[in-house]
This record gives sequence, C-alpha cells and structure tokens, in this order.
Amino acid sequence: MNDMTATSKNVVAAEPAPDKPSRKTLPEHGKVERTPFSIRLTRMLGLLGINFLIPVVKLATGESPRAQFKELWMTLGVPLVAVFVFLILWSWGASQVETSLGQIPGPPQVWDEFQGLMAEHAAEREKADAFYERQIARNEQRLAIDPTYEAKTRPYTGKPTYLDQIVTSLYTVFAGFLLATIIAVPLGILCGLSRTINSALSLLIQIFKPVSPLAWLPIVTMVVSAVYVTDADAWFEKSFINSAITVTLCSLWPTLINTALGVASIDRDLMNVGRVLQLGWFNRVTKIVLPSALPLIFTGLRLSLGVGWMVLIAAEMLAQNPGLGKFVWDEFQNGSSHSLGRIMVAVFTIGVIGFLLDRIMATLQQLFSFGQKSA
Amino acid sequence: MNLRTSCPDALLKALRFAKALPIALGIATASTNAFAQSYEFAEKEELKFGFIKLTDMAPLAIAYEKGYFEDEGLYVTLEPQANWKVLLDGVIDGQLDGAHMLAGQPLGATIGFGTQANIITAFSMDLNGNGITVSNAVWEEMKRLVPHDAQGRPVHPIGAQYLKPVVDKYRAQGRPFNMGMVFPVSTHNYELRYWLAAGGIHPGYYSPTDISGQIQADALLSVTPPPQMPATMEAGTIYGYCVGEPWNQQAVFKGIGVPVITDYEIWKNNPEKVFGVTEAWAEQYPITHKKVLRALIRAAMWLDANDNSNRPEAVQILARSEYVGADAKVIANSMTGTFEYERGDKRQVPDFNVFFRHYATYPYYSDAIWYLTQMRRWGQIATHQPDNWYHDVAKRVYRPDLYLEAARELIEEGIAPESGFPWKTDGYRSVQTEFIDNVPFDGRKPNAYLEQFSIGLKGKDTVQ
Repeated sequence: MNDMTATSKNVVAAEPAPDKPSRKTLPEHGKVERTPFSIRLTRMLGLLGINFLIPVVKLATGESPRAQFKELWMTLGVPLVAVFVFLILWSWGASQVETSLGQIPGPPQVWDEFQGLMAEHAAEREKADAFYERQIARNEQRLAIDPTYEAKTRPYTGKPTYLDQIVTSLYTVFAGFLLATIIAVPLGILCGLSRTINSALSLLIQIFKPVSPLAWLPIVTMVVSAVYVTDADAWFEKSFINSAITVTLCSLWPTLINTALGVASIDRDLMNVGRVLQLGWFNRVTKIVLPSALPLIFTGLRLSLGVGWMVLIAAEMLAQNPGLGKFVWDEFQNGSSHSLGRIMVAVFTIGVIGFLLDRIMATLQQLFSFGQKSA
Repeated sequence: MNLRTSCPDALLKALRFAKALPIALGIATASTNAFAQSYEFAEKEELKFGFIKLTDMAPLAIAYEKGYFEDEGLYVTLEPQANWKVLLDGVIDGQLDGAHMLAGQPLGATIGFGTQANIITAFSMDLNGNGITVSNAVWEEMKRLVPHDAQGRPVHPIGAQYLKPVVDKYRAQGRPFNMGMVFPVSTHNYELRYWLAAGGIHPGYYSPTDISGQIQADALLSVTPPPQMPATMEAGTIYGYCVGEPWNQQAVFKGIGVPVITDYEIWKNNPEKVFGVTEAWAEQYPITHKKVLRALIRAAMWLDANDNSNRPEAVQILARSEYVGADAKVIANSMTGTFEYERGDKRQVPDFNVFFRHYATYPYYSDAIWYLTQMRRWGQIATHQPDNWYHDVAKRVYRPDLYLEAARELIEEGIAPESGFPWKTDGYRSVQTEFIDNVPFDGRKPNAYLEQFSIGLKGKDTVQ
C-alpha cells in the first residue's frame, strides 16, 4: 500500500518538469525511492505462499549463497524428499493389501486412472458435439413441419465428466460459502458490538457449531423440498440448493465467532475517536469497526472455506448431489477394477483443491492484515 | 459414428451434417403417419430419469445410447440414484420425471405402504434377473446337505430347506441370522421370503406398528442398497442376500459368497422392474409418456433381438461408469445367458435376463396382483381385502392401455412386429404353476391363492 502511494506522488512530482522528457525521469526517480524489485518480488512470493522461490530470487540477486541454499533445501528439498518417501511407502503398502476389488492401486495405477479420466472427458466432449449437431438437424426438421415451434438448444444430456464434477463442486462450495459470509459477518459484528446480543446468541452458537453436515442434510433436504417449489425451468437445481445450504450451515461458525472476536477486541481508543468525531452508527461500523476487525474476519473466512469444502464432499456423497462426492460414491458403488484407483484420484484432487483454496484465503488474509502478524 | 466423432475439420463437418440429416429424415419417413396425422410432439422434451445400478436398467441405457429417445424428440438425462428410497422420493417430488422401479414400488406407494403417492406403470422392464447369494461360510455348511449329481456338482434348484439347519444352528447359539434385501416392497424381499418360507424358514411379518418386517422371524431381513450388498456381506453384517445382477456375480468374482438360486428357479419368468411415473405426470404429459414408452419398447426389442446377439454390445455399454459400472466380465456372466454359481460352476440360463420375448414388457394385472398378495402374505397389507380390491388397485397402477397405444403406433410404422404384443389378453396370465414349491397362482383369485401357504397371513389373519 505504501509503495503505491509513494509512486503516485512521484508521478505527480515528475509532471511539472517539462524541460526534461518525463520518460527518463520516472525510472530514475523510481530507482531512488522504490524498494528494489527483488525485495518486492520476495514479499509477493511470501504473500502467495510460494516460499521456496524466495531463496531462488535472493540467490539471483547475489545474497549469501550458503544461507540461501540452506533455505532452499528446507523449503523445497525436504518436502520433495518427504513426498518421495511417501510414494515409496504407498507403493509398498498398496502391494501388501489385497481387497475384493483387487490390489490397492499404487502411484502408477492412480496416474493411469487420472489419464483415463481425462481421456473420458475428451471423448465425452466429442459426443456432446455430435449431440448438438443432431439437435440442430432435428430442430430444423421440426421447424419445417411445425413453423410455430420455438427451436431451442438443450444442454447436453450425457454424463458429467470428472472435470465437470470438479467445477460443480467448486461452484457449490463458493455459493454456500458466500451465503455463510453474508449471514455470519453482519451477525458477528452485532455480537461484537453488543454484549447483550453476544450473550443471547453464544449458547445457540456453541450448540449448533459442532453439528455434522450429515445431521443437517436430511432436514435441509426436507425443508428445501417443501419450501422451494418450482417448475422445470428453475434457476437452481434442488440438489444444488441442498448441498449449498448444508455447506452454509456448517461453515457459518468460524466466520461468526472470529468476526465477533475481532470486533470485540477493537482498541477502545479507536472507538472513542469515533465518538469524539460524532460519527453515526453506520459510519462507525464501516470506518472503524470493519477495517480493524478485517484480519480476524479473514482468519474466520479462511477456516470457514476449509470447513465448507470438507462438508461439501460429505453432503454430495450422502444426498447424491452432483460433484466430487457423488463421483466417489458412484465409483464405490460400481465396484469395478478401476474404482479404487479413481477414488484415489478424487482423494488427491480434493486435497489439492482444498490446499489451493486455503492458500488463496491465506493470501487475502495477509493482504488485509496491514502488517499485523496474523494467525 | 466414427466419422462423426473423430474428424473436426470444416469439410467433414458439412459432410457430417449431410449425413446426420438423412438419418433424422429416415426416422421421419418411418414415422410419416404419425407426423402427417397429428403433428404430435412431446409436451416436455427435457426429461430426467433415475435408475439404480443394476443390469436390468438396460432398456434405459440402450434407449439413450441407441438414440431412441432422441428419435422421439426427447432429451433425456439418466441419473444413478443412491437407493430405492431416494429414487422414489425423487419421482414423487418431481426431481425425476420417471424411474426404473421395483414392481412393488408403484403398488406400495399407491396403497400407502411407505410414502403415499399415486404412481403408475405402463411398461414392465424385464423378467427374472435376481439371485440369492450366501456367504462362503454358510455355503460350506449348506453344501454338505445339498445332493450332488454324477459330476459332483450340486443339484439345482437348491431349496431353503438346506439352509434351515444353518439358520437353526445360528439361532441355537443366540446369533441372529441376518440377510439383506433391497427394499421393503422389492421383488427381492418377496422372492427371498418366498424361497425361505418354501424351505420352512419364517422370514417374519410386518405390522402397522412394526415395519421392521421381523416379527416372529427365523431369518432377519433388512434393507441394503444393491451395489453395497457384496461389501456388506464381506463386512459380516449379513450372511446372505437377494439382489439383482451384477451383484450376485460380483460376489463370485470377489470370492466372498456363492449364489445358491436364481429367481428364475423360484418363479419361472417372474416380472421384475417396471418403469414408473406419477399418475399426475402421465396425465399432464400424455404424448411425452407415449414417446418414452415407444423408445423403451424399441430398446427392449434391441436387447432381445436375434437370440440375444446384441447382448455383448449391451454389456460394454452397461459396464461404463455412468451406468452399472461393474467390470464387463462380471456383467457379461448373467447378461449373455449364463450364470456362475460356485466359482467355475457356470451353467446355461438363457432366460436369466429377459427384456422383450415372452411379452416381457407388457404390464400384466396378474403380475401386480402377485405382488399385492405377497404384501398381504407378509403383513404389509395388514387386514383382509376382498378380491375386487386387488383387481381395482392393479388396474389403477398397471396401465396396459397406454402400453398398447404406443405398441400400436410402432407396428403401424413398421418398427415392431404385430406378434410381439399380447393383443388378445385381458391382462391376466393363465394360471402359473412354475414356482419352486409348485403352488399354482391364479391372478383372478388372490385370496384363494394365499390360502395355499402354511407360512404367511391369509383370510382374516392379522399379526398379533
């Protein structure tokens, strides 16, 4: 943030100097005042969580190679060795267990399954193209007989591929998470601002927080069926709403609690300043409360998204809602010689996506911490 | 087909289009009469049907893959369901337009056993296709009692009287003898009960206050979704089960159990799954319904055409993960007219899966009545009902009139043969005698039929 304001000042300062071409002045100015590129790069890498590149950058700028190599070993070498050891243990362990579906697949078989799933995806897309062509032909044919017909293109009716399932899951988890945020942040602010509201809600929060998605799901399903009555062209599928709401119910709590905590622990002095300036309630919330509580709110959001992702897989499995959870369940039911390998592909996919989601939230969290140390 | 899916460049695209058009038009010429007379188009073109991962969902998969649905202008999505309850609820609350159902489901729903809803069926999906499997340990004990032929193979059919000593032994040790079936109103539940009772093992009663179905039971039956049967037996929760294919053959391949009898041997050519929709749906979309029936009849014909010569292709389709998903060799075992009992003991059962011949797709009232009698026999229908009650329910749920309407169109268009459908029947099969216990069944006299059994409710009996 400081960098950016500094640069913009430079630009303003550079402009009233018409005798020199401004193109040249700018970089020179920048060199003097800006933090060096390498430092900004390392800072950004740290923010994104790509820590192992930091020593590489530092090496490139010529900082003490010995220390940097050690750092590189710790951030990149050690994890890679650990992964390698894990793969060996896995191969060995897998060959020891004989299930009724055959041996537990090792890394090469899982990789094969992954490629198989990608090939299926490509094949399904080709089938979809053929489907659309047939549909166009059929629509034209019908229009010839029945000119009043409003031809429309119906979406492909084939099976969702693995990639489709991933997209569905991500879409659902973000919908549920967004809904949770919309509910939890305002509620958390209220709890933080008012002791009465806080003590009124805290018991309820403590009771609902540990409830598993599996317990919520039947209730959500029945309520959605009863309340969400639509015709065929509904905006959302019921199954989507079921899983999104289940995600909401389970991922609400970390955000709610952290927001309340963040708001409650705002510096008294800041609140007093607000009072002195005679800010209205709304201004006080937006100008003072929200900015100072942001780091903790983001801590909550990060936890919430993690919980939401975990819950979603369970909800999809149980309620047969489309997505990765359903993929795992269907493969379990298929019980073919490919099933275990495919389920393992799904396990890794779920893990990697969960990790990436967490990284994104951690980056956002640090961006909004304004230099404070965050959890 | 290959041309269509493999060449992306523009020239071929045009070619493909030219190729696709006559195909579509070819269908049009085949159905010119229908087009010219009434310009019939489906009221609802986008449909979603549910199914359970069983080989007898084949007519749905074939109608989709062979383009029969699209020929009717229907854009159908097929969605596997977790279990029969989820599937039924999906149809009732409208998430699904229709589904592959157990024959007992439309009947049970209509008379209000379980969830009450008016569901009808105008298409019977197949005959036979189920088996009863017991765990290796139980089979070891049974095998000693079962007579063997000259080649040293067990003589089939194997009655439950050979299981009875095992059950008695478990009971004497205070261990409940648990068995799995797929749903309270499932064919499998009734078949398993029929087989057990025929061998002197009481499978238990239902009552209005206790719907566990285990009152007075020697063997305790409980619900497990079909695809989980092998895993549940492997885990030791149940000692045997009755389920559709491929889950009996799966047990053989996994080496965890031995199928002892097929339902073909319990009741030769018994009606199995049906295609069910809600009564309201059928009334709202009559043309759509008829078009669905046309596509399904064509699919059933394809499955049985030329002495099952299309079955190997059907097996490949069903083995895909979006349909049944089990390994092709497991599915092939039963779909291609054989059945493997013990490992290596593979026998010919050409009619194990029947989709079209023997008028398999015609929804007989007498089939409905057999299921109703079994519901009465085991207490799901708690009190005595007069014969005409059975006939009324059967006629409300089973709709051969809709079926024949679709069949007539196909015949007029030259797609189906006149002889493929029972035009002269009044909806009742003649007295059937090929049951494992040789008790004859006359669908016209349900109460008299029940009188013949020593185990089971009859007359004015109620469960105490």
